[in-house]
Amino acid sequence: MMGAVFNLNHPAHTVDWEFIHLSLANVVVIGLMLLVFVLAIVLPFPGAASRQAARGRGDAS
Amino acid sequence: MSSVAPDPRATQAPEKSWTVKVREAGVAALPPEKLLPDGQPTYVASWIYMFGVASIAALIVIITSGSILALKGPAWWHYTGIGHFFNSIHLWAVELFFFAMVVHLWGKFWMASWRGGRSRVWITGAVTFLVAIPCALTGYVSQQNFDAQWISTQAKDAMNSIGAGAFFNLTNFGQMYSYHVLLLPVAVVALVSAHVLLVRKHGVVPPFELEQRKAALATAAPSAGQDGSSASTDGGAQS
Repeated sequence: MMGAVFNLNHPAHTVDWEFIHLSLANVVVIGLMLLVFVLAIVLPFPGAASRQAARGRGDAS
Repeated sequence: MSSVAPDPRATQAPEKSWTVKVREAGVAALPPEKLLPDGQPTYVASWIYMFGVASIAALIVIITSGSILALKGPAWWHYTGIGHFFNSIHLWAVELFFFAMVVHLWGKFWMASWRGGRSRVWITGAVTFLVAIPCALTGYVSQQNFDAQWISTQAKDAMNSIGAGAFFNLTNFGQMYSYHVLLLPVAVVALVSAHVLLVRKHGVVPPFELEQRKAALATAAPSAGQDGSSASTDGGAQS
């Protein structure tokens, strides 16, 4: 059987700041969610420009 | 000349059965062209609008993999390779479900998606998120291993500390398993169904029309346009 990619046989790494106490895994997931949120706003959606152009011309969209 | 008195029963509309009333109310609230539309508005062509349907896709995988786990049982998911595989599929689908749901929540919060009479859409979505949390957490205590025992004893103390221990016994596996595979999933699916039907009824919330608002402010008289009160923030009608 294949072993775990990461060695999990130890207490979790944590990020501590004042009263905030988070596991490193949760901090990574929160960071990824923020990254995906920003990318979802700034990245162009495939075909969005052509749909807008068709709408501007009055074509059925 | 003779006249025949009209039959009073013929002038009265026949009384509608409850099935007809329900059908007519349903069609009035959600006509077929709204329930299953031909297309979506142009503004939906954006990645930020994809996370709602991503959540639903993850939920389908969760229910499918969870049903297979329930059919096969703990020995299968602990001691066979294919059981481990479906156990992992179930876990990671839940991770994706919450990931997509949080991004969906952020997007809709900053879009003020309760605009235009969509308050019930927002409320059903928020309640779905809250109900999904215990639905997932009861899965941790349903694993049937030492990890589940450890988590259940820790969570039992948490429940007792907030005074909820009389209602939820985290060390009662039968109770927690019933919550995890029946009561809470049924609630989540019912809430998601209501949420989607309300989105169909009211349409997908449009983005703020910032460009039009800026143009309106630029062309308006300075005294009338300073507060921006003349600009609509509802985003207009669905195309």
